[in-house]
Amino acid sequence: MAKVTNQEVIELLNEKFGSKITDVNEPYGLLTFETTKDVIIDVLKFLKENTLANFNFLTDITAVHYPEKKHGIAVVYHLHSMVKGIRVRVKVYIDEQHPTIPTATSVWNGANWMERETYDFFGVKFEGHPDLRRILNMDDLGVFPMLKQYPLEDPNRVDKKDEYFGR
Amino acid sequence: MNHNQPVYTDNDPQSELVTLNLGPTHPATHGVFQNVLQMDGERIVSGVSTIGYIHRAFEKIAEHRPFYQITPLTDRLNYCSSPINNMGWHMTVEKLLNIQMPKRVDYLRVIIMELARISDHIICNTIIAQDTGATTTFLYLFQFREHIYEIYEEICGARLTTNVGRIGGFERDFNDIAFAKINKFLKEFPVALKEFESLLDRNRIFIDRTAGVACVTPEQALDFSWTGPLLRATGVDYDVRFSEPYSSYQDFDFEVPVGTSGDIYDRYLVRNAEMWQSVRLIEQAMEKLKKEPAGIFHADVPEFYLPAKEEVYNNMEALIYHFKIVMGEIDAPKAEVYHAVEGGNGELGFYLINDGGRTPYRLHFRRPSFINYQMYASMSKGMLLSDAIINMSSMNIIAGELDA
Repeated sequence: MAKVTNQEVIELLNEKFGSKITDVNEPYGLLTFETTKDVIIDVLKFLKENTLANFNFLTDITAVHYPEKKHGIAVVYHLHSMVKGIRVRVKVYIDEQHPTIPTATSVWNGANWMERETYDFFGVKFEGHPDLRRILNMDDLGVFPMLKQYPLEDPNRVDKKDEYFGR
Repeated sequence: MNHNQPVYTDNDPQSELVTLNLGPTHPATHGVFQNVLQMDGERIVSGVSTIGYIHRAFEKIAEHRPFYQITPLTDRLNYCSSPINNMGWHMTVEKLLNIQMPKRVDYLRVIIMELARISDHIICNTIIAQDTGATTTFLYLFQFREHIYEIYEEICGARLTTNVGRIGGFERDFNDIAFAKINKFLKEFPVALKEFESLLDRNRIFIDRTAGVACVTPEQALDFSWTGPLLRATGVDYDVRFSEPYSSYQDFDFEVPVGTSGDIYDRYLVRNAEMWQSVRLIEQAMEKLKKEPAGIFHADVPEFYLPAKEEVYNNMEALIYHFKIVMGEIDAPKAEVYHAVEGGNGELGFYLINDGGRTPYRLHFRRPSFINYQMYASMSKGMLLSDAIINMSSMNIIAGELDA
């Protein structure tokens, strides 16, 4: 099978989605780009079904919380084209106050638990998900523990303050 | 919704279905797994998996630990093959830091990772046999897991949660006893594995219980993001060691065994074939080590490699680096990196975001057990309860990796 380069994938995407594909870069050779939540499912479907790129495999879905950003939660998808031997990382920044995004279970069934885990830890509501319940935490936890405002350790501890280390 | 309530309870008073709580502490599930099943006699009508019983918030803890302290967390993911997790984590950080390992370190890592893979597959395959009623094979092959643990012990002092290696290499060289034990293992294990296979491969009872049970097509497996021996049993030849070689796997000559029908018997055969390949890999690595300069067990990166204690007490630079590493003050690039290794159960991925602080900004584990297990409940529909039990054994779901 002919290999496909990051450049070719991004050209394909630009042709199809134009300005919806932003912030393209390649940290450590892994093609990364951002898109918006209104086209994310189309982007995923396009990547999966396009015969040149053929990203048939959903490796992972997770989220990252950036409290200082305007759209504070990044939902991160890792896709993999086993045939072409190339990976891609897709990011969607969504509003922290109303964290909703369409579900990817319509594209891959495997997205089900990955999205439940993301909901459980970050409170991202995947619209159209068949069974969006908490998965690892207890049901009455009440918070989404991976958000940065929830500290792990006792906040009264004083031995690990940044000021002691010149920060 | 409450986890303790069966989700799809049939409230019809006329119904003849029985709700069965399989787990969380059922002796046949080999770990804390709960499945609330609706049973029609011996047959499963529907099921719901409940997980999270040993969730320990590793991703949150990792956000509060410097890199070198995260290694013990990875031990506790798939605790049946901890060295693979440890090495995967070390390699992720090394990728972030752009460190190249000397070939000898790569080969030492291959040896210990393949030993771990063998011990993982021993557990899975002997337990399939155990659950079909073949106790002899379980006890017989399980002693080799003990031998592997003795090798770990010689290398790092621990048996189960190994915490082996450092970012930048190993904490110490393999000693002569370790090499002697590896050689002894390489001599004895193939004999036992051959015998194990001859006890089961053509065993009528075993085949009747496993062949044609829980068949999975490659399309289903890919749709559910399966990886590892489960995916390969369906016929997809995806192996991270082969498609994206790490730790110099490209220098080795090995095969990726695949099955055809994805049933339990094929999974068993694939795992057995992989054990043979692992033996081959260790043998090759031992040969290759002879050509490498002796005594090199870490890369020459003093700013990232935790120095030996005697160095720390006697040498100014080592003391400074030790302090910086322990306090998480190393100069790591602000970047994000995804690195995957072939764990015992499939693609074990580490997604690390570093923002220049003392700890990772975010660390996510792509845990193969978690992702493989989500098909279990839907697979079980229409299955006999006893088949569902073997199906779970053959998926080799490790509770620590499932729940992180």
